[in-house]
Amino acid sequence: MRRTVHALAAGLVLAAGLTAPAFAQKTTATIGMRLEPPHLDPTAGAAAAIDEVVYQNVFEGLTRIDADGSVKPGLAESWSISDDGLTYTFQLRDGVTFHDGTGFDAEDVKFSFDRARADESTNAQKRIFEPIEAVTVVDPETVEITLSRPAGSFLFDLGWGDAVIVAAESADTNTTAPVGTGPFKFSRWVKGDSVLLERNEAYWGEPAALTGATFKFVGDPAASLAAMLAGDLDAYPNFPATENLPQFEADPRFAVVVGTSEGETILALNNREKPFADLKVRQAISHAIDRQAIIDGAMFGYGTPIGSHFAPHHPAYEDLTGTYPYALEKARTLLAEAGYPDGFEATMKLPPTTYARRSGEIIASELSKIGITVEIIPVEWAQWLEQVFKGHDFDMTIVSHTEPLDVDIYARDDYYFGYDNPEFDAIIDTLQSEADPKARNALFRQAQDMIAADAVNGFLFQLPKAGVWNAKLKGLWSDAPIQANDLTDVHWAP
Amino acid sequence: MLVFLIRRLGGLVATLLVATVVVFAVLEILPGDPASLMLGVNAQPDTIAALRTELGLDRPALARYLGWIGGMLVGDFGISYTYRVPVAGLIADRALVSLPLALMALLLSTAIAIPLGTLAATAHNRWPDATVMGFAQVGVAVPNFWFGILLVYLFAVTLRWVPAGGFAGWDAGPAAALASLILPAIALALPQAAILARVMRSALLDVLHEDYIRTARAKGLPFLATVWRHAVRNALIPVLTILGLQFAFLIAGTIIIENVFYLPGLGRLIFQAVAQRDLIVVQSLTVLLVATVVIVNFLVDLAYAAVDPRLRDTGR
Amino acid sequence: MSETAIDGVNRRSMVARALRHPSFLIGAAITLTLLAAALVSFVWTPFPVAEVVIRDRLQPPNPVHWLGTDAFGRDIFSMLLVGARNSLGVAVVAVAIGIGIGVPLGLAAAAEGGLLDSILMRGSDLVFAFPALVTAVMITAIFGPGAINAMIAIGIFNVPVFARVTRGAARALWGREFVLAARVAGKTRARITVEHVLPNVASLIIVQSTIQFALAILAEAGLSYVGLGTQPPMPSWGKMLADAQTMMAIAPWLAIVPGLAIVASVLGLNLLGDGLRDVLDPRLDRTR
Repeated sequence: MRRTVHALAAGLVLAAGLTAPAFAQKTTATIGMRLEPPHLDPTAGAAAAIDEVVYQNVFEGLTRIDADGSVKPGLAESWSISDDGLTYTFQLRDGVTFHDGTGFDAEDVKFSFDRARADESTNAQKRIFEPIEAVTVVDPETVEITLSRPAGSFLFDLGWGDAVIVAAESADTNTTAPVGTGPFKFSRWVKGDSVLLERNEAYWGEPAALTGATFKFVGDPAASLAAMLAGDLDAYPNFPATENLPQFEADPRFAVVVGTSEGETILALNNREKPFADLKVRQAISHAIDRQAIIDGAMFGYGTPIGSHFAPHHPAYEDLTGTYPYALEKARTLLAEAGYPDGFEATMKLPPTTYARRSGEIIASELSKIGITVEIIPVEWAQWLEQVFKGHDFDMTIVSHTEPLDVDIYARDDYYFGYDNPEFDAIIDTLQSEADPKARNALFRQAQDMIAADAVNGFLFQLPKAGVWNAKLKGLWSDAPIQANDLTDVHWAP
Repeated sequence: MLVFLIRRLGGLVATLLVATVVVFAVLEILPGDPASLMLGVNAQPDTIAALRTELGLDRPALARYLGWIGGMLVGDFGISYTYRVPVAGLIADRALVSLPLALMALLLSTAIAIPLGTLAATAHNRWPDATVMGFAQVGVAVPNFWFGILLVYLFAVTLRWVPAGGFAGWDAGPAAALASLILPAIALALPQAAILARVMRSALLDVLHEDYIRTARAKGLPFLATVWRHAVRNALIPVLTILGLQFAFLIAGTIIIENVFYLPGLGRLIFQAVAQRDLIVVQSLTVLLVATVVIVNFLVDLAYAAVDPRLRDTGR
Repeated sequence: MSETAIDGVNRRSMVARALRHPSFLIGAAITLTLLAAALVSFVWTPFPVAEVVIRDRLQPPNPVHWLGTDAFGRDIFSMLLVGARNSLGVAVVAVAIGIGIGVPLGLAAAAEGGLLDSILMRGSDLVFAFPALVTAVMITAIFGPGAINAMIAIGIFNVPVFARVTRGAARALWGREFVLAARVAGKTRARITVEHVLPNVASLIIVQSTIQFALAILAEAGLSYVGLGTQPPMPSWGKMLADAQTMMAIAPWLAIVPGLAIVASVLGLNLLGDGLRDVLDPRLDRTR
């Protein structure tokens, strides 16, 4: 009961803060998001919106991913890895408490990871925990994790929202009342509208500058624009309508920061079906795609062209956009050589995102120039998952793969675009047990080269992370190495 | 009267029962699995199976149907798949936006339509009539979402009088809440007002030609007094019927406007629930909306029957 | 409810009434323009309507592109013409579904009465009770969005409208002397329906059609606006509005042009409907 009263009071304080006159120093921020999270437990769902609200704000993991994508200590102060790469020993921070007042110790880590890898687990990234053989509590501040095989990206993976530490007492109610260890506490959820957080005064680290934050869900791009312009929102870290960015750039009230994301946007081709099983057809399609026109038309110039499935800001990135440059004649010749001198008909199933729908319309127009008649079929995400992702019932589709360093999907058995190349699988196998950064980068380059040369998919562009916020609001992430809106360092400039 | 009541009540229950079957059957053939949607592209099959069991999706259809109906009878609408909270609470939250919005729109449209319709009828075939009917014609023709967009750009973005959208929540104070509802209410009210003004005008014209009005006038009652005392009140019966239907329409028919103004109302809830395959929310809410319309119709029929006993014998 | 008998004698006076009726004339003019635009789009548009020319994007109205271009460099005027065809097409089919199913049902219910009548009325109650947009959302969730499914979704709601209007008017006719006379003469109910009832409810159905037609254009625009109706590359006014919404500040003509097109079409059809009602039977206008 006291909890409710407390939350209510906090809500009132927040509301008062939000409606305070503009000249008073603001200590709260209202952040716009496109989608509302279905619930608030990052360990029980794939929705990016969950992480975008609670990751690093409410929940923390043993490691955390920093603004530049590097792995930093989180609830683990330090760690050591055995020479065979199979045993990780984490030294936990002292004096950490959950928001409900219960203490954090090694038992919580063991509980969280055992829960995530249990049979009845509903963790969307269960594969993170798949190499784990055992989690052992050495003492309250030390945890030892033994793996069944070396896992090159284990520390990075533990920084995902799906691997945050939860308490046994609150694990089952985190969906609606999340209890973590982070710098912000969950305060209130106005369903369909917003989630309110308040500062955790008992935080183990440097307390947050903001006394509270509201995540407001504004799905419609036009409404987002109006809400930003009207000052209803202080920030929109991932603004959905790039066409409006010039308008914000011209307005001194706003700061526009276009950063990098992990979203490789691809025109996925069903490699297991004719005619896309034919390398020449895929090459022809790659030659027929004018990436700059797509970026200009669909993204209003924001976005980096890519030539393979790899993020341009990563150290191992190679610019492969020249592998199959825009050349219609070449494309027609290749198509004729493949036995389709007059082109063919194909369907394109487009999920309900603006970038996919717009790119799809442009690509359909471009492919018609080499005789490929495209029928556009818009689908909802549920249908996309069912038909395209699971059922493999598609010719082409456009989707952005937003997970970091996910080139390994090309090695997965029976993945939706159906690429099957044992040589590539071998590269990924080596990669997964390789921990040396240099060797890993070399392998990443080999992987990029191979899928680019095979023209597995049409590689379009890296999705920009276009952030718009009040020019006085500082400390938001410009890039999105992981799906998060980390508010730890956010503050208002005087 | 009792027989009539029982017969109509029976019809009401039958309609609702058919509605539940229709809704449930339609959702059964809806492609897409809620569990795999929630877990995303990296989920492993056993994880999805575990979630399906947790949500009760692995039970046979008949068991789920009976469970749902049985629950609804005692007020238990089930647990939302995506939000993991009771559906009843979810609907109640959203109704706190949709109901006031519908009510505001209705009040606005009545406040505009009744005087204008009366004016038009009393000035029949003269310029006020033509002007009002002209506006009504345009009002009916304007798509409310387009009108909404124009309103946002004028009053929220350019003039900054009201928020561009969103709902402040009732605990932010009634003033803030009403401010966020005023533009959508106007956008919704305009076409309704246009329709209502036309109904009011023609109903009033009908009444004005009745004998008792002529009698009243012949008795020397001034024209405006006649209109007010006798005509308007009688003309209100068809107007109230339309109002009842419009209210039912407004509660459910606000999906588009709720999207323009990003209001967390019932319309958007059902729209999102379909996309997320939160089937338990979709079916419960649809049946609830159907029930609202059916009950409003039932009450309108009752009112009519009370006024005009002849109607009790006919089917409608 | 009045008895309408269309015969040679008052046909001439109908034409005379029509020519003196301002809303009929304005409505007819707008409707014919709309029809012409739709027909012209089959043989000619200033630019190929689906052709994306990124470098020409977002041009304001100018001598080359009369109404400017959209974000993909497509010609708005061309899209408007083809959009008219799309709107009319969807509306025609949706209304045809309503008439094709609703009118026979209404006639049958009026002729037979009893159980059939009750079932029909309860059935139409049921359809009316379903929120229209929710039904449309579900239809498209099952069959996928598209113009055809928009036609079906809108058409379904036209069925009870026509059924009720027809039934109401037909029931009144069954009590009339000329129908009673036909029954005494031994004609079957089916024959009376075709020979006496249908011709007399025809004008009412025509008037209702123009109203439903206008509503169907609005409904199609709404469905396309939320992404459930017509799909690219086929342009539609509702989708043009949806695409334009975020560009209101940089390219206002994108939102204004299709919006005005919708308003004008619906207005024209409604005026035509009102005009027709007065022209076909001057007494009908007060029964609505």
